[in-house]
Amino acid sequence: MVALEKVNLIIKPSEFISLVGSSGAGKSTLLRLLIGEEAPTMGEIIVGDVSINSLSHHELPYLRRKIGTIFQDYKLLTAKTVYENIAFAMEVAGKHELEIKEDVPQVLNLVGLGDKADQFPHQLSGGERQRVAIGRALVHRPDILVADEPTGNLDPVNTWEVINLLLKLNELGATVILATHDNSIVNNLERRVVLMEKGRIIKDDEKGKYLI
Amino acid sequence: MREKIFTALRRVIKSGLNSFWRNRWVSTATISVMVITLGLITSLFLVSVIAGSILQDLEEKVDISVYFKLTTTENEILKIKTELEGLSDVKSVEYVSRAMALAKFEEGHQNNPLIIKSLEELGDNPLEASLNIKAKLIDNYGSIASFLESPRFAALVDTVNYRQNQQVIGKLSSILNTIRKSGLVAILVLGLVAVLVTFNTIRLTIYSTREEIGVMRLVGASNWYIRGPFIVEGGLHGLLASVATIIIFYPLVLFISPKLSSFLSGVDIATYFKQNFWQIFVLQTLVGVSLGVVSSLIAIRRYLKV
Repeated sequence: MVALEKVNLIIKPSEFISLVGSSGAGKSTLLRLLIGEEAPTMGEIIVGDVSINSLSHHELPYLRRKIGTIFQDYKLLTAKTVYENIAFAMEVAGKHELEIKEDVPQVLNLVGLGDKADQFPHQLSGGERQRVAIGRALVHRPDILVADEPTGNLDPVNTWEVINLLLKLNELGATVILATHDNSIVNNLERRVVLMEKGRIIKDDEKGKYLI
Repeated sequence: MREKIFTALRRVIKSGLNSFWRNRWVSTATISVMVITLGLITSLFLVSVIAGSILQDLEEKVDISVYFKLTTTENEILKIKTELEGLSDVKSVEYVSRAMALAKFEEGHQNNPLIIKSLEELGDNPLEASLNIKAKLIDNYGSIASFLESPRFAALVDTVNYRQNQQVIGKLSSILNTIRKSGLVAILVLGLVAVLVTFNTIRLTIYSTREEIGVMRLVGASNWYIRGPFIVEGGLHGLLASVATIIIFYPLVLFISPKLSSFLSGVDIATYFKQNFWQIFVLQTLVGVSLGVVSSLIAIRRYLKV
């Protein structure tokens, strides 16, 4: 039993692509391979002109700083405040202090958490945590945005706010890879849709629909 | 480039101090364990200093004397003295002339009129001149005695009082050796136990943050950027533990010292402690800080593999 098999996928720069499929189809595994959280037993993953497989443990962080990842389970730093969680992505990239002081509050307002800056993740609701994760993924203006079920815990209004945010980042030039099983989002987006099932890609449509 | 390193360093230190304060209860627990460890190590150190001075005291009480026949001249004795002083095993040689021996004897027995009177009746000084020899090591007395018993000196030397004391000296020497060896083993074992307890305490606190460490990696933090705050925290734990230990020890040593001196004469740890205060404190701090830092580094290693 393998998580992914015979996957051959090319994503062009500045593309907005939705990765759909039922849970267990291999969406998350594909995204984890992309940021080097897992290594493939066979095959190659190339981001830009770099083969991830050949990156050393020491080089991996540099790749990850170019990618913003919204994790399905948020992966927030529980010992840090909301502000610090978002600032952390900029700090590790060595961004200047002034830049951080300017950008983080902006992003906090963007995801609607301006008044929760000093709270810790355990004081937040599920939806709020998800928005912190989103803020952290986009604050350092990554070239690639990887979003694994970023709207899983949000109500419809917030969901569309997040999707619009992703679309806006895409307009500004970022490549967005969105994994979701919410067909209403996908059907309204009218962008490229890749359907996965049992670890394989079974459909790849420009301006696709996700029908169950 | 330099500015970037400086910024990273500042962030790392700030984050370490932040984490230290936010986890102040865990920090307190870690510091307490470290205080016990450092206290034990410092106590062991002081005990070994005390034991060492007692053993040295005992050792210094041992000497051998060689008594010369009444016919031997002072010149001959002084020649032997020079020769003895040339031996590598010999620490010091003290010459006691016949007159000095008599004066000492009289002084020692001045309250005993019978002895004084019989001495007077004797008229002549019956005591022999002697050399008191101290060896550098307690095990050297045998060879010094053999040297004096050689046929070369047979006409001059009356007795060497080594053979009578040989057994006592030998026994003392073996007791001293056993105490030194077993003391060293005990110190090493206890020290190791203390270090392991601290190491495991730090390992447990880092174990509880293992997921955070993985997350930091996934967000793009380099290994040193992740390790940094833990190193700062570990070092701070060590420093504060050392300060706390010395604050506890200072009055304790002053309190115990007179009690100890009352039954172990010549042992004065208060003076020793005061004279070597900074050395002890610096050494203790070094042990504490390196214990905190190294334990953190080892404990964190396995969680950085993401």
